[in-house]
Amino acid sequence: MKALRAFLVLLAAMPAMAIASEEGYPLQEANADVANLGSLQRGARNFVNYCMGCHSAKYMRFSQLATDLALTEDDVQANLMFVGGRIYDTMDTAMPAEKARQWFGNAPPDLSLIVRSRGADYVYTFLRSFYVDPARPTGVNNAVLPGTAMPHVLAALQGLQRPRFEDKAGPDGKMFPHLVGLEPGVPGEMPAATYDSFVRDTVAFLEYVAEPAKAKRLSLGVWVILFLLMFMAFCWFLYKEYWKDVK
Amino acid sequence: MADAKSEAVPAAGRLARLGAWIDERFPMTSLWKEHVSEYYAPKNFNFWYYFGSIALFVLALQIVTGIFLTMSYKPSATEAFGSVEYIMRDVEWGWLIRYMHSTGASAFFIVVYLHMFRALLYGSHRKPRELLWIFGVLIYLALMAEAFFGYLLPWGNMSYWGAQVIVSLFGTFPLIGDSLIEWIRGDYFISDITLNRFFALHVVALPLVLIFLVVAHILALHEVGSNNPDGIEIKKTKGADGHPLDGIPFHPYYTVKDLYGLSVFLVLFAAVIFFAPEMGGLFLEPPNFEPANPLLTPPHIAPVWYFTPYYAILRAVPAFLNTQVWGVLALFAAVLLLFFVPWLDRSPAKSIRYRGPIYKVALLVFSINFIVLGYCGMKPAVQPFKGISVVGTLIYFAFFLLMPWYSRIDRTKPEPSRVTS
Repeated sequence: MKALRAFLVLLAAMPAMAIASEEGYPLQEANADVANLGSLQRGARNFVNYCMGCHSAKYMRFSQLATDLALTEDDVQANLMFVGGRIYDTMDTAMPAEKARQWFGNAPPDLSLIVRSRGADYVYTFLRSFYVDPARPTGVNNAVLPGTAMPHVLAALQGLQRPRFEDKAGPDGKMFPHLVGLEPGVPGEMPAATYDSFVRDTVAFLEYVAEPAKAKRLSLGVWVILFLLMFMAFCWFLYKEYWKDVK
Repeated sequence: MADAKSEAVPAAGRLARLGAWIDERFPMTSLWKEHVSEYYAPKNFNFWYYFGSIALFVLALQIVTGIFLTMSYKPSATEAFGSVEYIMRDVEWGWLIRYMHSTGASAFFIVVYLHMFRALLYGSHRKPRELLWIFGVLIYLALMAEAFFGYLLPWGNMSYWGAQVIVSLFGTFPLIGDSLIEWIRGDYFISDITLNRFFALHVVALPLVLIFLVVAHILALHEVGSNNPDGIEIKKTKGADGHPLDGIPFHPYYTVKDLYGLSVFLVLFAAVIFFAPEMGGLFLEPPNFEPANPLLTPPHIAPVWYFTPYYAILRAVPAFLNTQVWGVLALFAAVLLLFFVPWLDRSPAKSIRYRGPIYKVALLVFSINFIVLGYCGMKPAVQPFKGISVVGTLIYFAFFLLMPWYSRIDRTKPEPSRVTS
């Protein structure tokens, strides 16, 4: 009985403990809107200009992108496909994986599904959380992914942030510097708010790329549910009609 | 004149003649009567009795969607992950078929767990339905194998490491362990060879086993007749026509009622498919959107939610005598115990309606405990989840192993002779 009571107490305390067990750098909300076509188009522009030099989105076809983002094939050919190719090609990077491994230590990951595997908030916070770290070969480190091999590609836009450390006690009781936040350092071309919306557009585009059928899924879903609710009502009346004579 | 006469035969008459022609060669009408139109089911089925027919529907759905997925899926370590994305993007309606199949897998387990709970609620496992129950447990086992093999096929990183963890359980057996896992994988690690054989087992072997077992389950059910929420035998009181007084023909009464139950299920099922196919990472786990990487484990490996109660039991048992085999044995024992429930249960009453307070509390605690174990199985093996899993494992086993005593001494009420509405 005692064990049972202890068990029930633990049961009641479980949600709080689940929250306490979360750790790592806190993620900021991306608030990306995949239904906003303008945001997606700007995001596509950002992606091909700043990301695709190293990262592919190899499951995404330009032709699909043209249809979903309300662009003509000529628009896409002229503004998003810098190295030519056919409209139904996938979004591959020009950088050879073997060279990338030599230059960065590992090949930059394909970004087709990055939002589905890590979440939009993760990508958003990652792109906002580079900071100056002279100890790194790239000169920068990242609060979300410490030791990342990725250089701060967007440094010209965002500028460079400085880390703020505070001493905290580790598990062994010793004090060690703990990253608590980032503050503006060298300013970039964009004010902070402009940079944030630049990143938000890019994340929205990546969220679209992770599941191009999502918009169709959501809009079709409403009609399917409405149809099934009508079907359900029909079945209910049929059932009641037949069961009238069961006593 | 003769021609005019034959043309005058009404369509219905022609159909009846075709029926008669078939009946002389195949027991079509008698099968239909025996299993559908003259199968007498108790008239007092409630909410809990919908899940049998829903499970049958989900099985059919998994087979049909699975056939279409197979048309575009490539069971190869280099192509599998990409072919799933091809289905999601380039195949017409491929995303819908894939979500139906992935949601269907979880739905299958939800429905089957509710179906099994119904049996424990109303004593559907008791004499004369022991074999019916055993076929059911075999279906559950085959379903677990089917789900496990299928989970490797997308070749995501969680597929890979999940399979790695489950397969390595067999390595804990003394002496034969290492050769056993090598035999299962067909290689020294989870590889293309493993993927190919899991594909064969998932799309051919286990579906055949499942269909065979489902047929046996339904034949056994129709032989002994359905139990009901009162847990009494309707065959004991028959009318002048030889049919049970409390029974009604399955068709049309339960076909229309089950159709209604199915329509409610479909609304919920469609809601998940269209609005939450990942179910917050429970049905489709985020690490599985990264391709399998033998050099990089996901931050936290856990099986899919329907296996987590047993995973918690596995981790709750400590290693001793230099081996971890005890946890694996506990895991197998936890599932195999289900076979013995018809004989562990010694209550004079079948249905919870006429059982005493001990069984009511026991079943409630067991059910909550099963969900808690499932939750702990998803979490990392740290406190407090480790401690809760240990208590939960003890409760799980106590429910079954103490059943012969607590079910007998429980204060039962007399069962009625006819069903109550």
